[in-house]
Amino acid sequence: MGFINAIPGAVAQGLIWGLFAIGLYISYKILDIADLTVDGSICTGACVLAALMSRGVNVYLCILIAFLAGAAAGAVTGLFHTAMGIPPILSGILTQLILWSVNLKILGKANVSISSRKYPVLLSSIDNLGAIIVSAVFCALIIVGLFLFFYTEIGLTLKSTGDNEAMSRAQGVNVSFNKVLGLAISNGIIAVSGALLAQYQGFADINMGRGAIVIGLAAIIIGLSVSLKIKPNFVVSLIGVVGGGIVYYLVYSFVIFLGLDTDLLKMLSAIVVAIFLALPYLKAKYFNKAKAKDKPAVAKNQAGGEENA
Amino acid sequence: MLKITNLHKTFMPGTINEKKALNGLSLTINEGDFVTVIGGNGAGKSTLLNAISGVWKPDEGTIEIDGVDVTNMPEHKRAAFLGRVFQDPMKGTAPDMEIAENLSIADRRGTKRRFRWGCTKADREKYKKLLASLELGLEDRLSSKVGLLSGGQRQAVTLLMATIRKPKILLLDEHTAALDPKTAAKVLEITDKIVNENRLTTLMITHNMRDAISHGNRLIMLHEGRVIIDVAGEEKSRLTVEDLLEMFNKASGDHFSSDRAILS
Repeated sequence: MGFINAIPGAVAQGLIWGLFAIGLYISYKILDIADLTVDGSICTGACVLAALMSRGVNVYLCILIAFLAGAAAGAVTGLFHTAMGIPPILSGILTQLILWSVNLKILGKANVSISSRKYPVLLSSIDNLGAIIVSAVFCALIIVGLFLFFYTEIGLTLKSTGDNEAMSRAQGVNVSFNKVLGLAISNGIIAVSGALLAQYQGFADINMGRGAIVIGLAAIIIGLSVSLKIKPNFVVSLIGVVGGGIVYYLVYSFVIFLGLDTDLLKMLSAIVVAIFLALPYLKAKYFNKAKAKDKPAVAKNQAGGEENA
Repeated sequence: MLKITNLHKTFMPGTINEKKALNGLSLTINEGDFVTVIGGNGAGKSTLLNAISGVWKPDEGTIEIDGVDVTNMPEHKRAAFLGRVFQDPMKGTAPDMEIAENLSIADRRGTKRRFRWGCTKADREKYKKLLASLELGLEDRLSSKVGLLSGGQRQAVTLLMATIRKPKILLLDEHTAALDPKTAAKVLEITDKIVNENRLTTLMITHNMRDAISHGNRLIMLHEGRVIIDVAGEEKSRLTVEDLLEMFNKASGDHFSSDRAILS
């Protein structure tokens, strides 16, 4: 009974983290950059929203400003990488650290409450059904927006930048600009998910978002493992990623229901993600050998397919 | 069309691995020339093409394309003037994108890209016709991911991408070297067809002396970062591999034996 009662809340949080995972998908899957800015920018989104809402700013305007703040953070990472030649992972770590101070300044203190009883929030954990609808609408709008964007002239070159940088440059694509743009969009979406999360839980906290990238990766891995089998296209992938977020939170709620020590949850999440990230490598190393001798062509195709996944 | 003056490039200067790749190279190519470039390993062939493409900046010298000094122009801006095909068939196309999408990105090379549909129905019709001209059956696979194609097919698509917007200069960097002989011949045949139909000014590097002689209207040989042989027109059409080797020995004052294996 306890677990069934927890399902609506898990779905609502899963959708919010699904939105986070969509943002992460842009850097991780499309640009092929492991962007650690995200741990900071989800918190930035939450802080911006809480700081502004507690001063009476309209909630939609708050979300828009949260998006812009996240986008600015992503652009900083992009510029560290492209204009200053710092490797992408380090660029993200640097921005993440910068954001910790920035977030504290935005929030003014370590924790700001935006309880649904006092502020006109769009969603809260008190009304999980409403929260599910609102976060699902946000996911849908952003998926449609990204679908349209990635089929424009600029969007296509963003894809090609991540897919083949040499080819993109040879075709006159400014890959540096594209990386900055892609990281900005990615972190903007992530900040929006942070803004939704702050409303859902009723407060923003300076420590929100620690290890967020792991949850996002888990959602992407779970989602793509299903959606790529159904139809390997962009929209289905993004829907799958949101679904992955929901599955992650359902499992999360279930293990809590089973009485697992919640202190261990982050470690367990990380281990599960590590295993899934290692799977393609382990498979190729230990299981593909025999097949490769029998049918080299098939084995090659499978390897290519996994790369695309 | 292309004017290169006194180009110098040294890699890893001041180290034990210092390599003078270009050593005062000068070269002028006229509009419509199809120039084949030969030379041993380390002669500076690929370095020359990379210098023209702007992969890095030369230490000294200038590069002009159609009267525009591009020496300090970044690679992606220079791309407006150039069509490039690489030696590695994987390098010229985006594997996880559709054939049509790859072509549409190339089709907008040198234009300002905007927030408008990146690959329209009209585009697809156009690409279908172009792909049909390759005679590889790709016209029915517009929506296939390029990663599913063979190396030869990918090189043919890259050729199409390089020439879909008529470039001022087409740069071919041993674009058949990684292919099996039969596929290489087919890709060379397509190259000739595209170059002749569009009267493209072309610079083609090759390891194969016979190809260098049988294609194009002008042949240059590089040695130690400089042009040491430059023959064109009638004289080139009468060339044989033996002539070339003899010319090389005379021009370089060097003996060819060490490079013979690579060049023949």
